[in-house]
Amino acid sequence: MSLDPSHTQTSHLGLFVSGLCKSYGPVQVLADASFEVRPGEVVALLGENGAGKSTVSNIIAGSTKPDAGSITWRGKPYSPASPAAAIDAGVGMIHQELKLLPDLSVAENVYVGRLPMRGGRIDRAAMNARASAQLKRLGLDVSPERKVRTLRIAAQQQVEIAKALTLNAELLIFDEPTAALGSEETELLFKQIRKLKAEGMSFIYISHRLDEVAEIADRVVVMRDGRIVARHERADVPVRAIVEQMVGRSVERMFPPLSEPGSETLLEVENLSSPERSFQNVSFSVRTGEILGIAGLIGAGRTELVRAIAGADPISSGSVRVAGKPVHLTGPAAAIKAGVVLVPEDRKAQGVVLDQTIGENLAIGNFDHVAPNGWVFPKAVQKFAEAGIGRLGVKGRPNQAISKLSGGNQQKVIIAKWISRPPKVFILDEPTRGIDVGARAAIYDVIAELARSGMAVVVVSSDLEEVLGLSHRVLVLSRGRQRGILDRSEASNVAVMELATS
Amino acid sequence: MALSNGASELKAGPNAQAAAGAKLSALFAGTMGPLIGLVLLCLALSLTTDTFLTVRNILNVLDQVTVLGIMAIGMTLVILIGGIDLSVGSVLALAAMVMGFVAHPDHLNLGMPAGIVTALVVAGLCGLVSGLLVTVTKLPPFIATLAMMSVARGLANMITDGSQIIGFPDWFTSLSIIRHFGFLSVTVGLMIVLAIIFAIFLNYRATGRSLYAIGGSAEVARLSGIPVKSLTNWVYAICGVLAGLAGIVLAARLDSVQPSSGFGYELDTIAAVVIGGASLSGGVGSIGGTAIGVLIIGVLRNGLNLLGVSPFIQQVVIGVVIALAVATDTWRRRAQ
Repeated sequence: MSLDPSHTQTSHLGLFVSGLCKSYGPVQVLADASFEVRPGEVVALLGENGAGKSTVSNIIAGSTKPDAGSITWRGKPYSPASPAAAIDAGVGMIHQELKLLPDLSVAENVYVGRLPMRGGRIDRAAMNARASAQLKRLGLDVSPERKVRTLRIAAQQQVEIAKALTLNAELLIFDEPTAALGSEETELLFKQIRKLKAEGMSFIYISHRLDEVAEIADRVVVMRDGRIVARHERADVPVRAIVEQMVGRSVERMFPPLSEPGSETLLEVENLSSPERSFQNVSFSVRTGEILGIAGLIGAGRTELVRAIAGADPISSGSVRVAGKPVHLTGPAAAIKAGVVLVPEDRKAQGVVLDQTIGENLAIGNFDHVAPNGWVFPKAVQKFAEAGIGRLGVKGRPNQAISKLSGGNQQKVIIAKWISRPPKVFILDEPTRGIDVGARAAIYDVIAELARSGMAVVVVSSDLEEVLGLSHRVLVLSRGRQRGILDRSEASNVAVMELATS
Repeated sequence: MALSNGASELKAGPNAQAAAGAKLSALFAGTMGPLIGLVLLCLALSLTTDTFLTVRNILNVLDQVTVLGIMAIGMTLVILIGGIDLSVGSVLALAAMVMGFVAHPDHLNLGMPAGIVTALVVAGLCGLVSGLLVTVTKLPPFIATLAMMSVARGLANMITDGSQIIGFPDWFTSLSIIRHFGFLSVTVGLMIVLAIIFAIFLNYRATGRSLYAIGGSAEVARLSGIPVKSLTNWVYAICGVLAGLAGIVLAARLDSVQPSSGFGYELDTIAAVVIGGASLSGGVGSIGGTAIGVLIIGVLRNGLNLLGVSPFIQQVVIGVVIALAVATDTWRRRAQ
């Protein structure tokens, strides 16, 4: 069926969004957005960063007001003045960055702002009992008195969902709910969504992971540049087709061709273990021009492993050799000196200094190049920065604030920071996390180019397709143990997942 | 895309211009607001009093801000890396007492040079201990230096059991009195030279730029190979030494040392740095800004005295200025 939603207003009691527009100054972020969500249905809202997904969801959740357009919810006009008004109307939103109070208990978080009272005091017994009931409904075995800080991210998210349930939400908006979840935890979340769906709840589901959209969503709405560009009545649309609609052009080739690796071994890791046992007895080697992918579930020890190799975290035993020479991993400085550089997992917290310029960010870590004898001159920084910017095609100028750049361009700056040394071993941890689908291809090109220029490259990613598409070989970790190294020819989705879940 | 060559084709004209512009703006980065405030303040005082805009009075203001100015240089470094040092007032007193105790004829009588050196070493050690408490014991800087504030004050009192030491050689006291070339006392000169040295250090030395990176994000700095811990220790140690130096300057100005001196100076110092545009969350600030902040406080005190405003009202005015300065800075940033 493909009727215009505005003509079907009375056919059910779900959500009708029609003709929503929103501009900030001269920039129109939302233009004539219309779609519907029927009761008991999951609608996936897809699009690149800046496509308008968050604006739409913020309007529905009451935190943004539209310039034009209308919403009908459960048969009545709906224009929430605030998130509180939206919640009263049964519309809740689970944000990507969870909005919990880490030092309060689970039950307190669920009932914050409306704590059950008796005789002027908080009725803790009732609060804990009610919270406990909601958590059970979600199939979660967590004490309501536990502090939220001590819970894993997945469990914290469940607390948010429990909170929405106690608010009698009938429509839940999920913004990238699985970004920080492992695959088991994702499965649990999907199970709960299906259960709540059967009870008649509706969902708007925002995600970048297109494979899981096919699994959980009933219908798909694709946005681009503030407009809705496609509505699919089924969710099992080919990923390629959706990506093409998202970026507005055909995506011929996501992954660049890989060049043949050389014969010289650049990185040798032997029996490496961490003091916290987050990884144990890991051994592998990477040759010049080779890209080694590291796959595994969240918590398998991937990030911990590469951080240790880059000197960022201590090791308890084992050795790392670069071009045959042992490296004393006393800290990042020692690793960098030995030719091992890391593009860290969390770009904003570990990769860039947000209130500095592109040039300053490039100079950090390169003062030995930029500042011979320790003297830093703006001209030298400028020149160095322009070289790096030109080399990676960063869309920006040296004296521009790095916070103004897109995620993809920030990532290029971090790569550019190291490229001139040049390093022998280049480690990239989640290189495309939070980066638009369209911009990812450029990062892939850069990674392939690093290998072509003779470096040993290590790529960690939660995106299995990315690991498979980029790597000559794939090392699979599970619970800190090395489960195997697959050659490109034998590395498939199934083969990797089998090892990763073993 | 090519990673290899074709990188160094630089367009000369606009870039050179941009570089020169960047240099100027770097020197006054974030200080435009405070600078305008200072100019307006001076203008207002020139119009309302006959005495403000005289060479004699301007030199007086400079003399009066020497102690604050020298301490504020150290505090700028600490605040730049995202720290805070509440102990500078106490360390000032401790250093002054150590100098008096070592040098004064009534006590150890080892001479002024020995006294000064010992004082600076003790002050530096105080700072180093604060730094180690932050980097090794992982105490928040606020707590570490709060502890040092109490310890140093206690030690300062223990040296003479709370009594002051009076009377130093003439050459020592004249350091702050005799104006060479008709305008420059040694202590004021010292402050200016230190300010210039540290401004150059922060702007043009790799280590100085690294402090900005640490304040911007300590983890990014660490992963980039910057020795964050040892630089942090150094910064607190230098802040201590400068607080000690301020104590010596104060001794020269007063011709005496007392364990209660410098009480509350840490707050004036922090205020001067913050008025000068530094961010308490680190990564933003400059010696130029701090100098303006110090002068604003100095000129304000001086001007209010000239106008005959009571010292109690002065406290109120300075409090309002601190709030105003930081508020306008916040608004300006948000507007950008």
